[in-house]
Amino acid sequence: MAAALINVPKKAKNGDVIEIKTLMSHIMETGYRHTASGEVVPRDIITSFTCRFDGEEIFRADLFPATAANPFISFFTVASKSGKFDFEWIGDNGFSETASASITVE
Amino acid sequence: MQRRDVPTRRKFLRLAGSTAAIGAFPMLISVREVEATPEMMTTAIRALTGGATVQTGKVKLDIPPLVENGNSVPMTVTVTSPMTSTDYVKSIHVFNEKNPQPNLGNFYLKPSAGRAQVATRVRLADSQKIVAIAKLSDGSLWSVTAEVVVTLAACTEEVI
Repeated sequence: MAAALINVPKKAKNGDVIEIKTLMSHIMETGYRHTASGEVVPRDIITSFTCRFDGEEIFRADLFPATAANPFISFFTVASKSGKFDFEWIGDNGFSETASASITVE
Repeated sequence: MQRRDVPTRRKFLRLAGSTAAIGAFPMLISVREVEATPEMMTTAIRALTGGATVQTGKVKLDIPPLVENGNSVPMTVTVTSPMTSTDYVKSIHVFNEKNPQPNLGNFYLKPSAGRAQVATRVRLADSQKIVAIAKLSDGSLWSVTAEVVVTLAACTEEVI
């Protein structure tokens, strides 16, 4: 069961630079680990993260096995108008999760 | 006296030797796979820059110099940039020397970011050098290097 944690300020003044923090629960199995019997544990990671504001992409990241489990990503954006942030995580084995958060800009 | 089917000591040793050789090969290959080299990082960086000069400066890499647990290392990359529509950071790329893969992360920004800063948590398999490279809107490349000492390595430990 995947779960996302999103931290976006509910309100901001026009022109403020705001920080967006995101965390998605995911094992991020590297594909480089072995079981005790020597078999490789297959890779299972999130490969891509995208943030859109009112449909327009504002931030994107490529993730690798080197990203720690439960990927945490934080970035910034300028609050220019009220609207909705959409977050999307895509990964191995058809993993796809979305989340959203709204902001009111005064 | 028939000698065809007698399992001699010599035959046995030959058979045992060849089996051992076959068994040894996959092991060698897998060891090679999980040990990246600084050359792999150099190749990955060259794939990004296309041979263009990378200047030192503008980029700041915040990562603990001494890491106890390589499974989750907080890392923040900040680039000095006005972040206007004509002068902004297009992307930030972070590389490492000794993980199985040379990439730690790629981040793509827009002028609307306001501040060119990203933070995440990474895995580090060994004490090594981390390189962060920023690509600016005018095409110039800036980098910073940090040395990290890792006590408990990540990535390659066995599953119980």
